[in-house]
Amino acid sequence: MSKFLPRALLAPAVVTLFAWMIVPLVMTIYFSLIQYNLNQPGEHGFVGLENFKYFITDPDFWPSVLQTIELLGWVIVITVVLGVGLALLINDPFPGQAIVRVLLISPFFVMPTVNALLWKHMMMNPIYGVLGKVWAFFGATPVDWMTDWPLLSVVIILSWQWLPFACLIFITALQSLDREQMEAARMDGANAFHQFWYLTLPHLGRSIAVVVMIEMIFLMSVFAEIFTTTSGGPGNESTNLAFLIYKQALMNFDVGVASAGALFAVVLANIAAVFLIRMVGKNLD
Amino acid sequence: MAKKAPFPYVRTFFAWFLSLLIFFPLFWLGITAFKTEGQAIAGHLIFTPTLDSFVEVQTRSDYLHYAKNSLVTSVVSTVLGLLIAAPAAYSMAFFRTRKTRDILMWMLSTKMMPAVGALMPIYVMAQTTGMLDSIPALVIVFTLSNLPIMVWMLYSAFKEVPIDILEAVRLDGATLWDEFRHAILPLTMGGIASTALLCLVLTWNEAFWSLTLTSANAGTLAALIAQYSSPEGLFWAKLSAASLLAIAPIIVFGWFSQKQLVQGLTFGAVK
Repeated sequence: MSKFLPRALLAPAVVTLFAWMIVPLVMTIYFSLIQYNLNQPGEHGFVGLENFKYFITDPDFWPSVLQTIELLGWVIVITVVLGVGLALLINDPFPGQAIVRVLLISPFFVMPTVNALLWKHMMMNPIYGVLGKVWAFFGATPVDWMTDWPLLSVVIILSWQWLPFACLIFITALQSLDREQMEAARMDGANAFHQFWYLTLPHLGRSIAVVVMIEMIFLMSVFAEIFTTTSGGPGNESTNLAFLIYKQALMNFDVGVASAGALFAVVLANIAAVFLIRMVGKNLD
Repeated sequence: MAKKAPFPYVRTFFAWFLSLLIFFPLFWLGITAFKTEGQAIAGHLIFTPTLDSFVEVQTRSDYLHYAKNSLVTSVVSTVLGLLIAAPAAYSMAFFRTRKTRDILMWMLSTKMMPAVGALMPIYVMAQTTGMLDSIPALVIVFTLSNLPIMVWMLYSAFKEVPIDILEAVRLDGATLWDEFRHAILPLTMGGIASTALLCLVLTWNEAFWSLTLTSANAGTLAALIAQYSSPEGLFWAKLSAASLLAIAPIIVFGWFSQKQLVQGLTFGAVK
């Protein structure tokens, strides 16, 4: 078969994706260099790096960069650790395993806005929320989650959503664990911890890489969960980069500054992508 | 942790306990939807179920309109995505060149661009072309943002097809379409299905673009629910009813397809 056909088949995907990448990128670069506010039509003067300066000197900037990383880091750590634990717990057959699986995976299918509102109001409301009632039952003072622990609240909400996903990937991976090898290790006197550390964990390496990669892709630009719960507040305590850019764009209508911020986010994402692609590239072929 | 765990009852207990704990918020949402507002705030476990909130949600915010938008955008963008991604994945899986790997990595890297990075241009483009708050705009954006994942998943499914089979089929003089329909399709049905399933779930639940690009006309369920943020977020029964209506279709769908879905989502890296 000629070389033409494979290329023709590949072309639509490559062309559309290339356009999807390059057109917004070029426009963003252009916008970031001009004065462009949707509220002030007609004034599109070239301003050089003013927009970047404005975005980076914004007092919300560094906190939001840090919070983006914190959010990402905590959710990944929590879901991987708990996910491996849960996967080990429910890997072997026990009564009702199928039902337990179904219960566990459910949060993954819940859309972010529902997830966020469910937790914000019905779980974390300090007076009527379920957590408040549990706290009161044990004689503790209920916590006003969204005000006192905004970032932690978002971390909890996101972890709840992503734990099922991590757990199910690990279960899938555990099913191919070599049981005879485990048996042999036990015969040789390896205790449970050693079996886990030297056999189970290395076996899970690939799946952990996959989970980290996919979660990173989706968590880098968490938006809806923050938009519907804390709106980045109080103050800037739960603002991440995605939300900060949104605020500049559609609340301040400052396209120029928002574009400068977007470029910064793209650079950050690319740094992360270089690491990820190295890591994943080794694991996927 | 292996076959002969010493405390099977303890393990069973914990497995059930933890999974019920994780499921609890959804259970709570489910029962609150059938309460009156008073009962919802009080947090009763025993009550007489009522459908008032569901009726209220439909009459006040036209649930069906948003549900239709969600359905149309997710189905159309999934089908469109498959039509673009499948040939590309086919080409890369069966006509490997030295560049194949780079192309795959590049595709994945476009997915790593945060959506906000493209927000301004897309918003301005939609605005100037008059496509703001329209279904086609949403479909285009959804299709393109899922495309890298679809190509990857399909590629890892196609890659599993033994090349001998294809060669045998080609020797018999089959056309490309015959080859695809009679050899590849039956062998990779599982992978194609899980790709489609995942895309349906992702687009149904997509919130960033639907919150920023749409309002009343093309809004999806994810955007509808955001309206209940405040001050109506205080009406828990209505919030729950609307939420339940928004997530029930996709959750039930997910329950039936979970195995398929997870298998595909690992990009074939986890067996």
